Amino acid sequence: MTSNALALPAPGAGALRRHPLVERYAPILTIVLALIAIWYVAALLMNLSLVRDGFEREEAPYTVSDLIEGTMSAERPLLPAPHQVIAAFADSVFGYAPTAPRSLVYHSAVTLSATLLGFALGALLGIALALMIVHSRVLEKSLLPWIICSQMVPILALAPIFVVVLGAMGLQGLLPKSIISAYLCFFPITIGMVKGFTAPDPMQLDLMRTWSATSRQVLAKLRWPSAVPYLFASLKVAISISLIGAIVAELPTGGEAGIGARLLAGSYYGQTIQIWSALLAAAILASGLIAVVDLAEKIVGLRMGARP
Amino acid sequence: MTLQLPKSLKPNDPGVTLRGDGRESFAARNQPVHMSNEAAAAVESVSTPRRLAVDVRNVSLTFETSDGKVDALANVSLEIAEGEFVSFIGPSGCGKTTMLRLIADLQQPTSGTLLVNGMSAEQARLARRYGYVFQAPALFPWRTIEKNLKLPLEVMGFSDSEQNSRAARYLALVNLTGFERKFPWQLSGGMQQRVSIARALSFDPALLLMDEPFGALDEIVRDHLNEQLLQLWDKTGKTVLFVTHSIPEAVFLSTKIVVMSPRPGRIIDVIDCDFARDRTLEIRETPEFLKIAQRVRTGLRAGHSYDE
Repeated sequence: MTSNALALPAPGAGALRRHPLVERYAPILTIVLALIAIWYVAALLMNLSLVRDGFEREEAPYTVSDLIEGTMSAERPLLPAPHQVIAAFADSVFGYAPTAPRSLVYHSAVTLSATLLGFALGALLGIALALMIVHSRVLEKSLLPWIICSQMVPILALAPIFVVVLGAMGLQGLLPKSIISAYLCFFPITIGMVKGFTAPDPMQLDLMRTWSATSRQVLAKLRWPSAVPYLFASLKVAISISLIGAIVAELPTGGEAGIGARLLAGSYYGQTIQIWSALLAAAILASGLIAVVDLAEKIVGLRMGARP
Repeated sequence: MTLQLPKSLKPNDPGVTLRGDGRESFAARNQPVHMSNEAAAAVESVSTPRRLAVDVRNVSLTFETSDGKVDALANVSLEIAEGEFVSFIGPSGCGKTTMLRLIADLQQPTSGTLLVNGMSAEQARLARRYGYVFQAPALFPWRTIEKNLKLPLEVMGFSDSEQNSRAARYLALVNLTGFERKFPWQLSGGMQQRVSIARALSFDPALLLMDEPFGALDEIVRDHLNEQLLQLWDKTGKTVLFVTHSIPEAVFLSTKIVVMSPRPGRIIDVIDCDFARDRTLEIRETPEFLKIAQRVRTGLRAGHSYDE
């Protein structure tokens, strides 16, 4: 942060505090630094007994600084230190060809493809269900309880069943994972779009009626555009859920590839650093996906006359 | 008092042909707006067809609410000839907006018959015979001003070139040329309401229904728009039905003023207003103007005391 601050043009401390860049990033950086500090302390405390046991087993003499050093560089620590995670992450991202099975880029790409397909399927399903619910009260009464029930069953229990049943039907690889992902992410889209399709002002609906517009015209020219803000709000929730769905789906599929498979393999072999770097990859993927939806929302918003 | 003949009435039109006896000549003199039972009976005795824009006969509308029935309109009869400018004035709950909504087929009467342009209200709506201006502009915020104006034209399937020429023509009519590509939020409230008037006129309906269109605007903007509206009415020869709370506005704009009273909603007076069609705001200082305003006020007060 100091180097950052020095790079700023304003020399005085007071001026520095009011600089827009400082105002914008200082709070975030403070939190990040505090978290990293807490993380280091936690790593030290949690790994301490592990390292001490190691020294005592070998009956080697050790100092306090040996202990501290040990907690920061253990091979299979309870909690790896941040720099270990980042080093392992950087190694598995840049150390291998992107198609190599040890590359995190490869695993992320596998998970990403399942996420995107699942997200697309879930969005289509979610919008279709919302249309049906808005279209008829009978469908609302018959569909909505089932839609809500579907989200009450834990996906961890359902995922293996999906995989087995779909496998028996000859579906393997990408599609079962995407279906599990879609199953999780359609829900917020349905709920959001039901709200969105019913968002138009009664006056706007009356206007369409005075022009004797068909219900299809009302949908295309009024209900659909009114629902767009709701669509993006629910897409942002749905895209991170669909990533979680894809990762969860990779756990029972045996896991040859994907972030979920990396997590599973890591926990099998006690490779905590591998687990944490896979988690880091998932977090980066999720932020990237949300950023893309955000960008799409901004572009659409500008085209639809949103106030800048 | 001389009757201001709308341009659309031909000299041989039965609407202005008097018959022998006094009762009927009374009816004809008060043509084309009626409210009293004798007058209604007299109208029915005139068997030849008349060019009526709106013909309301014994219309009632009863709402079922949690504390019993509410008579929004009780046995109302009214005739409006083509080319008239008729104001509906009365306190809240007197059914003036309901009246407009019934004529627009946005609501249906409990009993009675209602003809618009000689057909049922529903047929008239399906045939797009009227334009409706609401209390709020009700522009679609995601459409530019030009696209808002084109919305009814799109719904009604006008060709692209026709849409373009009409949008330009009607924006010019309400003095908003140059604002085509602006979004609604970039315009003031008065400008937005002018867009909504242009939108209601864009498909050239013979009948214009306006529900307190200037209610939310300040006095100065309101005066200005009132003048513009009169010029527009004079230029286009449309029939205008105009709901208002303001006595001066009603007297200034109208050829007929329909005074209404609540609980149950009914017509208590119909007043002729014979100022020249190209009247200016200055007539508001004349004794004739004040006399009519006084009669409207008396009617409103009578309706109110009847209730207590």
